[in-house]
Amino acid sequence: MAVEISKKKCIGCGLCVQTCPFDALTLENGVAQVDPDKCTNCGACVEVCPTEALALDEPQKKMSKEEKEQVKGMTETAREMSEELTKYKGVWVFIEQLEGEVAPVSWELLGAGRKLTDKLDTYLAGILLGDGVEHIAREVFNYGADKVYLVESPVLQHYRTQPYAEAIVNLSKKYMPEIILMGATTMGRDLSSAVATKLGTGLTADCTELDIEEESSYLLQSRPAFGGNIMATIVCRHRRPQMATVRPRVMDMPVYQEGRQGEIIREELGLSEEDVAVKVIDFIKEKGKAVYLDKAEIIVAGGRGLGSKENFKMLEELANILGGTIGASRAAVEAGWIGAEHQVGQTGITVRPKVYFAIGISGAIQHLVGMQTSDVIVAVNNDPEAPIFNVATFGIQGDLFKVVPAMIKEFRKQLG
Amino acid sequence: MHIVVCAKQVPDTAEVRVDPETNTLIREGVPSIMNPYDAHAVEEAMRLKDKYGGKVTVISMGPPQAEEVLRQAISFGVDDAILLSDRAFGGSDTLATSYILTNGIKKLDEQEKVDLIICGKQAIDGDTAQVGPGIAVRLNIPQLTYVMEIVELNLEEKTIKVARKLEGQKEIVQAPLPALLTVVKDINELRYASLPNKIRAARFKAMVWNKDDFPGIDPEQIGLKGSPTAVRKIFPPPERGEGEIIPGGMENPEQATATLVEKLVKQEIIADK
Ligand SMILES: Cc1cc2nc3c(=O)[nH]c(=O)nc-3n(C[C@H](O)[C@H](O)[C@H](O)COP(=O)(O)OP(=O)(O)OC[C@H]3O[C@@H](n4cnc5c(N)ncnc54)[C@H](O)[C@@H]3O)c2cc1C
Repeated sequence: MAVEISKKKCIGCGLCVQTCPFDALTLENGVAQVDPDKCTNCGACVEVCPTEALALDEPQKKMSKEEKEQVKGMTETAREMSEELTKYKGVWVFIEQLEGEVAPVSWELLGAGRKLTDKLDTYLAGILLGDGVEHIAREVFNYGADKVYLVESPVLQHYRTQPYAEAIVNLSKKYMPEIILMGATTMGRDLSSAVATKLGTGLTADCTELDIEEESSYLLQSRPAFGGNIMATIVCRHRRPQMATVRPRVMDMPVYQEGRQGEIIREELGLSEEDVAVKVIDFIKEKGKAVYLDKAEIIVAGGRGLGSKENFKMLEELANILGGTIGASRAAVEAGWIGAEHQVGQTGITVRPKVYFAIGISGAIQHLVGMQTSDVIVAVNNDPEAPIFNVATFGIQGDLFKVVPAMIKEFRKQLG
Repeated sequence: MHIVVCAKQVPDTAEVRVDPETNTLIREGVPSIMNPYDAHAVEEAMRLKDKYGGKVTVISMGPPQAEEVLRQAISFGVDDAILLSDRAFGGSDTLATSYILTNGIKKLDEQEKVDLIICGKQAIDGDTAQVGPGIAVRLNIPQLTYVMEIVELNLEEKTIKVARKLEGQKEIVQAPLPALLTVVKDINELRYASLPNKIRAARFKAMVWNKDDFPGIDPEQIGLKGSPTAVRKIFPPPERGEGEIIPGGMENPEQATATLVEKLVKQEIIADK
């Protein structure tokens, strides 16, 4: 004695789940499921289902007047809710800039955002905040945006959570975007959390894949979970905008089209310096820490297999010949052979070079999540079972103390 | 001065493995620990207390067994620890969690005014870094994330100055109290529990607050109902295409390496400058 669900027709929109006054429905693997012990055959879900996937298996049981009222109320809210959702249009990308220099992840997100707008048949916009940053808008268009929402004020000169969050919240309330994307950088994570809380909407951190579900138009936000051991796809069903932060260097850069045109929409911040409690006092560059691993095109990375600090010199020599940068596994960093600023992986830096050499690195999942989107991966390891070979483009199963010197010799010869 | 630290019990993700047959997480035998970043938050609160006096209260939302992390906090010397636990809180995402914790902190504030809230930068099971900022927004106080050093705490003027860890640089910022900090591991070295505190921890029973302790709490904002995000699907991490193992690496490393280097140069993967 429970409502019947056609698995074929169900699009997993979740309206019935939200509507059920008795908490009898859940979504499992994207399909509605009923708990027969809780279902009272009230029919509220049947009313709201947009695809007629739900049907009563027996005539409706007599409901008390109160129950009827309750069901009616629920049904109405669900309808209003789904109508409300369709008012939100457009994909927005936060353009992260520091003293006029744009974080590359913003461009990557315009590329990813364009793929989403194509599926949603809507527009792509950049959110540009700062002081004297209008000239950046041209770049935003060239990377594919149709619009730029621009807020300029001296208050926005340095990033601070409160004024930046308020600017975006105001824009979002006024123009109602369907999706807001930000880079999963220090700034993006700080800002997105504040914005999502103020808007009372869902936020998925650190995504590595984005897509649109065809039937429901939901943003499918996939991210590694449990230390990268597994991937989870998250949806935000009933609130808009849908918000996600995306890891840098995971999405492809879009094609740069010189001279592309777009529309600038300018808004006032409406805040003055007195309204902002937090003051930026100073910036201190970290001495000697600038390895710029994240910008390297070639990375030569070493792991525990290297065996000593001395042996990293060998890698440095190879890196020098190739014009590459030194990377490392956490095991090598923890052994004290190389500084922590060289660490690649979950608790280090995510990299996406053209070529990544993994020398004496086993390929633990925490290391792989930081480098597996590299264009080409070359692995050297004497253990044929090492997981690094599962992601390698080229592998040599052999002793690194023989292979690396041979590489140095060969590259010298080939590259002159 | 009253400092509140938010701490979470998490599975030790280093111990989580995936069943290769079924692609599901093997959770049995995975130990639960205090989220490592939260341990540094507790430590920092204790250092401030050692220096300026006052009181440190730890608050956690979770199932009854999360009392264990509170006991651990007590062993570090904190004054009190509260567990927010109710079946109605189950299934909360970060938005709902920050709402529930905010309710808890407001209740603490009524008992004794809260000056500073410290959270870990993120929890290692979800890695979202969203709950701390969520609380700050709800309390309408400044959020200072990724704090690597407390530069100055001025109790007269009620201000705090901290260094935030940004990409390649640090930022010094100042904010009025009360404020919320989230801290990175660099901020301190953890202390060892002292014997008297260990004994106190062993005997400790945490005060548990459930839904009914919050008459004003909005049922629409907690648990599954209050959580806009939902997991749609779990799947194994993507695999890269088949790679090519250059043969003979063991028997003739020079030859194998020469083959590899030639391929890399010929295919212009490594460019001849
Ligand atoms: C929460 C958490 C976060 C983490 N974050 C990171 C992270 O950000 N980055 C990271 O790298 N790790 C991280 N780790 C650690 C990770 O789990 C692994 O322990 C680490 O990556 C192993 O480093 P490795 O591959 O150098 O060492 P090992 O796993 O010991 O591998 C050494 C490899 O060298 C090979 N080898 C040895 N001698 C030779 C030789 N003569 N010739 C050729 N090959 C040889 C061996 O076959 C072996 O495969 C994290 C772990 C946890 C729990």
